[in-house]
Amino acid sequence: MRYFIVLVLVLFTVTANAQDWEDRKVFANAPTVQKLRILSSTDTSFFEPIIDSYLNDNPDTEIEYLVTGTAAIDDIFRTTPKDFDIVVSSAMDLQLKLVNDGYATRVDGADHPSWAKWRQSLFAFTLEPAAIVINKAAFAGLKVPKTRQELIQILRAQPEQFRGKLGTYDVRQSGLGYLFATQDARASETYWRLMEVMGSLGTRLYCCSGDMIDDLERGDILVAYNVLGSYADARAQNGEKIEVILPSDFPTTMMRTALVSKSAPNADAAKNFILHLIRSQSGDQGDGANLLPPVVLNPGQQTITLEPALMTYLDKLKRQTFVKEWERAIIQ
Amino acid sequence: MTDGLRISSSLQKRMMVTLIAGAAILAIILFFIVRGYAAKIAQDGQDNILGASVSSILDAAVIRDGTVEVDFPYASFSMLDTDLDDRVFYAIYQDGELISGYENLPQLSQVRGTQSVFQTLQFEDNQVRIASATRTLIGARDRTEVSVSIAQTQDALSRTLNRISRNVAAFGAGFFALVALLSYWATATTIKPLMRLASSVEKRGPQDLSPFQKEVPAEMVPLVSSLNTLMGRLDQSLTQSEDFIAEAAHRVRTPLATVRSYAEATLQRVSKKENRAALRSMVRAIDESSRAASQLLDHAMITFRADHLQKERIDLVDLVQELAVRLAPIAEMKDVEFNLQNDPSVEIHGDLILIQNAIRNLIDNALKYSPNEAAINIAIRSSPRPYVEICDQGPGFPPDDMANLTKRFTRGKNADGTIGSGLGLTIAKDVATAHDGALELSNHPKGGACVILSF
Ligand SMILES: Nc1ncnc2c1ncn2[C@@H]1O[C@H](COP(=O)(O)OP(=O)(O)O)[C@@H](O)[C@H]1O
Repeated sequence: MRYFIVLVLVLFTVTANAQDWEDRKVFANAPTVQKLRILSSTDTSFFEPIIDSYLNDNPDTEIEYLVTGTAAIDDIFRTTPKDFDIVVSSAMDLQLKLVNDGYATRVDGADHPSWAKWRQSLFAFTLEPAAIVINKAAFAGLKVPKTRQELIQILRAQPEQFRGKLGTYDVRQSGLGYLFATQDARASETYWRLMEVMGSLGTRLYCCSGDMIDDLERGDILVAYNVLGSYADARAQNGEKIEVILPSDFPTTMMRTALVSKSAPNADAAKNFILHLIRSQSGDQGDGANLLPPVVLNPGQQTITLEPALMTYLDKLKRQTFVKEWERAIIQ
Repeated sequence: MTDGLRISSSLQKRMMVTLIAGAAILAIILFFIVRGYAAKIAQDGQDNILGASVSSILDAAVIRDGTVEVDFPYASFSMLDTDLDDRVFYAIYQDGELISGYENLPQLSQVRGTQSVFQTLQFEDNQVRIASATRTLIGARDRTEVSVSIAQTQDALSRTLNRISRNVAAFGAGFFALVALLSYWATATTIKPLMRLASSVEKRGPQDLSPFQKEVPAEMVPLVSSLNTLMGRLDQSLTQSEDFIAEAAHRVRTPLATVRSYAEATLQRVSKKENRAALRSMVRAIDESSRAASQLLDHAMITFRADHLQKERIDLVDLVQELAVRLAPIAEMKDVEFNLQNDPSVEIHGDLILIQNAIRNLIDNALKYSPNEAAINIAIRSSPRPYVEICDQGPGFPPDDMANLTKRFTRGKNADGTIGSGLGLTIAKDVATAHDGALELSNHPKGGACVILSF
């Protein structure tokens, strides 16, 4: 493992369409002959092991990994699809619509279950539940909620303790937040009641799971709703401060997906990377180096289905209606 | 047997080709009909779903506070999920203006009511099926027209169609193979009576001119019955000719014999030298014409019989011995001796009357041209081929025109003074030819004529 990582500072190199990336990192085993640009919503630290193992097998490749929010990914990619080889995002609906709109190319030879791919172009490579994450200290002496209903009861019982100390995604900013919210709303009315309770107590809205977990650890907020379980788990193992709860009433499980741009500058390498990605996330690779949960469905487990219906809430009118209702509930 | 026949292609082949070509055409027609039908059913299936999806969206359209809201259910698109993940495009219009969805989706013109209108067209390099319907919303103040179009690619549909096509093609091929087999069987059974008739005609002996008695298929009755009539007529005319020849021979020879006996009787009674000479030459002339007449009749008979040989098993040795006995009186008149050298028995398959006739003519010749007190050597052998050789000690054949002697009415230079009509060798030659044999003339080195009749 004697390759070196070149970390190039973005500000000086990107000239024309300067973009505020959350993170930007270039991986390479010098010297390289080809380059892959990956546009992703996954934090670099989670994705790094996959890139590393790919570069091990393909030392002639350089990978530029660009991280930004799911909604931004959709915008950027739709305006400049030629600039990127691979798009990785947790917003399944946006990803599926990219494929439906013809932005992706087929990747043949992928041995992947049919529920985890769409049109042989969009490939799911993780299975991640949305979680309720709580600050352990705040719940000392309180019953830890197992369902949304129990959470509502606790919040109603102790309104003063939690006022202003709740967090969830801002669905207007985050594609993943919107996906979680719409799927929750589709599954049960409980979602709206929870939002109303949270709204009445004053809830902070976040762009990303990472920020929410940061604030939780710091104690700025005590409960975060619909946080990415995988991120929270990683933190929960480090400290004793937070606890991750997978609501047992109805779990909302999302799949991170990847696609190869139809106008990818380096389509062949990109397809190779996708195959590598699927292989290393298929669950039967026991190297344990991967930080992201594999795409393995336990018996009885359900995920958000990859189907055209995902485009329902992306409809302009539906979105307007949904966001209006959501705002009415959460911003009071 | 087939010489001179103009042969067109076989009936069986013709029937097979017609049937198989028919089967092929049927199979192809079947293929297109079934596939067309399947395509229609498959398309109807897709249309039904698209139509349901369109109406579920239209149903969700409402006017609230003067603006149109279309809060359509998740199922509207969920129902469009296919095995091959077909792409879905949709558009929602209010009074012809796009309010949501894909802006470049073509708008169908002939959309009237809530009943969906369907069309297949090209969109973004894909063939899509589009369904479109419209609905009038009546608000507090005004009314507005909301229309919805949903398009879906046809990947799953065309895969289904391909699968159906493959199955139908296999089915068609099977059908074709079966029909081909059946048509082979059918033609074989149809043609069998004809083959049977043909082989029974072939197997018949040449003399068998009796009518066909076996069952024949209705279609062949005219052919077989006219064949029967033809054979009947042939049989009749053959019998008539035979009768006629026998009758003619009898009619000529009997009066001649009578005249001859009168002449001989008269010869005994007259004593005048010139009269006797005259009578003798009269007897000679009668002999000559009697012989000529019988040879002419023999020849006619042979010509006639050569086409209808009545073959039987013949022992040449017996035959020649019998002839020798019969001709002995004439031989004795000239003091000529027959020397027979023969294998114990030489059997051939042939027409007894004809062969008898031929050999008698040959021995006759030998007697005629032999000097007095000579010998006639007759050899009968079975190898290399069965043959009879007759050698005399006479002057031999005139060498110049040996080749012509077997022609009708041809006599050699040495024949002056001998009774004859020039038909003896002709008869022998014709008999030999009718039996696929040969007649060879040669002169013995030590003098004398040799004739070999071989079979
Ligand atoms: N044994 C023979 N010896 C010599 N010449 C013969 C003999 N047989 C036939 N010929 C010759 O062949 C001719 C034809 O013979 P044939 O056809 O029997 O007629 P013919 O009635 O004249 O004998 C005879 O005219 C004779 O010249």
